[in-house]
Amino acid sequence: MTSFHIPTMAEMTASGQTPDVLFWVGCAGSFDDRAKRITKAIARILHASETSFAVLGQEESCTGDPAKRAGNEFLYQMQAAQNIATLNGYSIKRIITGCPHCFNALKNEYPELGGNYEVLHHTQFIRKLIETGKLRMSGKAPFKGRRITFHDPCYLQRSNGEYLAPREVIAKLDGELLEMRRCKQNAMCCGAGGAQMFKEAESGDREVNHARTDQALETQPEVIATGCPFCNTMMTDGVKNAEKESNVEVKDVAELIAEAADLLDAPTP
Amino acid sequence: MISQLLFLLLLSTGIFFFARRIGIIRRNIKSGRDWDGSDRIAERLAMMARVALGQGKMTARPVAGAMHILIYAGFVIINIEMLEILIDGVFGTHRVFAFLGPLYDFLIASFEWLAAGVLLACVVFFIRRNGMAIARLASNDLKGWPSLDANIILVVEILLMFAFLSMNAADAIAQSRGLDHYVSAGSFPVSSCLIPLYAGLTDSGVVFVERGMWWFHIAGVLAFLVYVPYSKHFHILLAFPNTYYSNLNPSGQMDNMAAVKKEVDLMMDPNADPFAAAPESAEPPAPFGVKDAMDLTWKQLLEAYTCTECGRCTSECPANNTGKLLSPRKIMMSTRNRIEEIGQKREANGGQWTSDGKSLIGDWITEAELWACTSCQACVEACPINISPMGIILDMRRSLIMEDSKSPESITSMFNNIENNGAPWAFSSGSRGDWIQEV
Repeated sequence: MTSFHIPTMAEMTASGQTPDVLFWVGCAGSFDDRAKRITKAIARILHASETSFAVLGQEESCTGDPAKRAGNEFLYQMQAAQNIATLNGYSIKRIITGCPHCFNALKNEYPELGGNYEVLHHTQFIRKLIETGKLRMSGKAPFKGRRITFHDPCYLQRSNGEYLAPREVIAKLDGELLEMRRCKQNAMCCGAGGAQMFKEAESGDREVNHARTDQALETQPEVIATGCPFCNTMMTDGVKNAEKESNVEVKDVAELIAEAADLLDAPTP
Repeated sequence: MISQLLFLLLLSTGIFFFARRIGIIRRNIKSGRDWDGSDRIAERLAMMARVALGQGKMTARPVAGAMHILIYAGFVIINIEMLEILIDGVFGTHRVFAFLGPLYDFLIASFEWLAAGVLLACVVFFIRRNGMAIARLASNDLKGWPSLDANIILVVEILLMFAFLSMNAADAIAQSRGLDHYVSAGSFPVSSCLIPLYAGLTDSGVVFVERGMWWFHIAGVLAFLVYVPYSKHFHILLAFPNTYYSNLNPSGQMDNMAAVKKEVDLMMDPNADPFAAAPESAEPPAPFGVKDAMDLTWKQLLEAYTCTECGRCTSECPANNTGKLLSPRKIMMSTRNRIEEIGQKREANGGQWTSDGKSLIGDWITEAELWACTSCQACVEACPINISPMGIILDMRRSLIMEDSKSPESITSMFNNIENNGAPWAFSSGSRGDWIQEV
């Protein structure tokens, strides 16, 4: 697929345009090499579905979620104030996020501070694109009949009750969706939330992500699907730890859809 | 007449001690910070109806849930019988509702079936607690008093139900022998099995068993009434206000601290005078976050008194599942123990609180426990009565960071990175959009 240009809000505004949606990329999606692949998959889906969208680019900043959950409310509210000023400055109405933590902060915690937007997680938006016929799977069906399990992100499912969107999107892959023993509102955390991603785990018997990966592997999947860049990191590490990386892929729902819609250049190595 | 006086004495003693204890708990809960739960009344009532009255979250664990519902239904419905016992006790009557005829027979029969169900469920619970290695019930959290407390409750309930059924059995014998005062009333489908136990007794022996069981039952109920508010069993009452005051927001939504918002607004306001002195009348600002139990809101303290230590939270906690120190149940138990301690010390000091040099963080809950939380809300989801251990944990982190600047080194770097680069990692904010060129 040929490359294309992704406009920033600054560029759009300069040319007098307003996009329908803002794609809030998030820190992991902007800087982490693995998560950037998810970001690009989402961008390709938005482009292929002819969604009018833009990103903030350098004007985006951490929502403050990890600072808030680590106890630094000052830093969080400073970040929130800055982001809300940026978003309101561009009169943003609709946001899609690639990260459930950003999603939760923007959707639930920003309104009281003056940031009111319609916020969608990328799996919710992708579902909408498929339902309205704007995004179609190719005839190649690379996941047809393949065993896929979905790891629910805490901040999508428990926080916001959304477990259907990712599953309905996965259903379009024509694979076999396998549920883990602990799934949906009872799903086990990957171990990254609450700022754990940025610190050493407290001492214990084992790592949370290894325990969670074992639960995923019990379903004997070929693909572990995720909806959060941090879960993705944790589950990928867990699969490596279990020495299953040659049989089990860890991929974001957006990557699976981009591949099934034949939007990627080549299979990712 | 003497027995009526004795009954009234017993009743008023029970009610007095119960009311006194309720007063203490009420005062302890009210020593917490303000929290406004006066909104969304219809939603709150619906939540209470579903979760407390309707036991809506219990059956997430089918075995324990089904038996809990049986005991709950038994407790609520058999208490209708208490009304008759009270009237009989005060006025010296016997089975005062017997005039209801077939309805009375039906009621007594259903109480008997429920009593049998409660008895059976309590025996199963006792075996689960003491004879089976169920992790959340055999956990170290419950060593000592908490596990004794649980067993006392189960044994008392078993004895009370046995007394109730024995009373009926002896009554049935007395009725069949046509003894004085024993009107022919009631239907005894379950207690009839106990008749052989007492059938060999003389008439006065039968009356002795019937009266003895009646007194044992009512005295036991009143003793239990006094005991319950000292026990984890107090959830039978507090579950209702606790679910009424449930957090109705998404479980992952943390509150935006109003005190911080004020400061941030000032910082962002170009017209604010940075050197302005605080108004004279200003009270010393409340500390940020929660260091000790009285820094919690009254709602969080209510949660601590409501917790019945079932451990569903802990058994779902990813940190606990992987051997970390954190146990959400222990957070609730420590909170209750600490606010009790504070209450007692304040009382001993004539109602004035002077610091005892201890605090909830450090003396009851360690930093290692607090830093093990992933904020995944599994504990909140698991709690059958909507308690949030996570809320307390995150509020305590706020105190560690904003009052004491105590954090793991890597967390401090994460803060610095966000402050300097707008990202939790040490990447320059200028390269945030670099991925765009790679599409």
